[in-house]
Amino acid sequence: MDDIQLQETIERFLTGEMSVEERTQFEAIRKATPEIDQMVVEHDMFLREMDLYVRRKNFSKLSNQVFNQLVEEGTWTPIEDQSTSFKHIQLWSKYKKVTAIAASVGGFIALFTSAMILFFFPSISGNQILELSKAVEKIERNQKVQGHLLNEVKTKVPENAKLISGGSGFLIDTKGYVITNAHVLKGEGAIVVNSLGQEFKATIVYSDKNTDLALLKIEDTDYKQAKSLPFTIRKKATALGEDIFTLGFPRNDNDIVYGRGYLSAQTGFNGDSNTYQIQISANPGYSGAPVFNDKNELVGIMSSRQKQAEGVAFAIKANKLFDLVDQLEENDLTKDLNVKLNKQKVKGSKDRTTQINKFKNYIYSVRAFN
Amino acid sequence: MKAELNEQALLKGLAQNDSKAVEALYKSHFSMIQHFVTNNNGSFDDARDIFQEAMITLYEKVQLDHFALTCQIKTYLFSICKNLWLKRLQQMGKYNNPLNALEETISVEEDLEQFEQKDAAFAIMDRALNSLGEPCKSLLEGYYLNKKGMQELASQFGYTNADNAKNQKYKCLMRLKKLFFAQYNIGE
Repeated sequence: MDDIQLQETIERFLTGEMSVEERTQFEAIRKATPEIDQMVVEHDMFLREMDLYVRRKNFSKLSNQVFNQLVEEGTWTPIEDQSTSFKHIQLWSKYKKVTAIAASVGGFIALFTSAMILFFFPSISGNQILELSKAVEKIERNQKVQGHLLNEVKTKVPENAKLISGGSGFLIDTKGYVITNAHVLKGEGAIVVNSLGQEFKATIVYSDKNTDLALLKIEDTDYKQAKSLPFTIRKKATALGEDIFTLGFPRNDNDIVYGRGYLSAQTGFNGDSNTYQIQISANPGYSGAPVFNDKNELVGIMSSRQKQAEGVAFAIKANKLFDLVDQLEENDLTKDLNVKLNKQKVKGSKDRTTQINKFKNYIYSVRAFN
Repeated sequence: MKAELNEQALLKGLAQNDSKAVEALYKSHFSMIQHFVTNNNGSFDDARDIFQEAMITLYEKVQLDHFALTCQIKTYLFSICKNLWLKRLQQMGKYNNPLNALEETISVEEDLEQFEQKDAAFAIMDRALNSLGEPCKSLLEGYYLNKKGMQELASQFGYTNADNAKNQKYKCLMRLKKLFFAQYNIGE
């Protein structure tokens, strides 16, 4: 009996679709084979979780429908707290964007996670929103001025497009593949800017709100492919207490910023096993920045920080990049992506300033536009 | 006595996904929550989120075999909402003065803990399903979520027969289980 048949048999057994005779037969097999017994127990547990999932999902949908219907009928007049309404409208409009998570999970963990992303991402809380919009204007104006002075320096943001969000990113394959956070990419397109201020056009290859990872590909004739990456991507877990550092673009003037800290927990917020907790002073704009250890290894990708605790940030584990590449390969029918992750150990200086000097050429500021 | 009977009927309706019961619960209790939330640094949409979560908590509670509600529905929903909103305020760093809640509340810590546990499992399942890719995701959702038959799914996805669709469904299911348990066991 192959795996599929076995699965089917177990499911039929658990959902009571077997005849009495078949049932007795199967129970005998189960008793005699511990492996099958184990599979039955596991599948039973899985089906129960699935059932809970389905029930909650369907109920959320029903409850949402009822609510929307009542709002349409004018059952309630929304009351807004004047002092805070601005912020909350912002929050809600953001929540709408993450309805994939927020609506389906409907739980406070997810809402809180998106609240963290909200906060971490530059365009979020009250004051920050103003800052970012100013920053964007400034960038546009600078570009205009430059355009007057030097005709050949033109921004690669398409005409009429508006910069709406930004963060950091880094190369994982010298063919031009850049990793950033999914929540950095709000708009329809993006450009990346290196630490020298050079802009490159990029396409969004992949973006997953669940893992909060996104992959860009630099598609620009100005892009010169480097021979190899100066760091490797760590597959194994990183030890508690290990020293780490990050390089990103939290500032508006496109100067690369260095930050250092240590790994403070093996899991992220609420025990999320996809992320590490790190102690580092994380500023908005660090989203998508690489986190390195001192052995020239990438250990994580900055994603969010906890609001009420000083210096507590979360980084997506680097091994999630391998999952991402596997998934790309599986879903990529044309086979023209071919992302290769560097697993070879990189020998190089462990001196921090030398490391930074080398790494900074592989780190980009990411700007998304609409 | 009549009020009590009404409440029982409502809970029964809720347990059976009856939209009339859901509507009645929203109609009788949402404005109370809206007032509470908007008087405490929140908006209409915050109230909506919080109330939705309280409804899910109640819904999952009435599904239990030994379900018993020891207070009025109103008190239960309010207690849950108050707890959730306090937490939310704390997370936003806004909780500095105690909330003016004169309404009667009961202790709901246990229920909230269960809700959070289920929430974590829900999130894991959701993430696992979403990272499956197509057609696996839609196929499994069609079967488990929308309760479609294999024959119907086969024609929807263009499989030549129900057996092939079934085969594919089990392949997808095995992948989903692997993804789910990888997360779930770490979570435990």
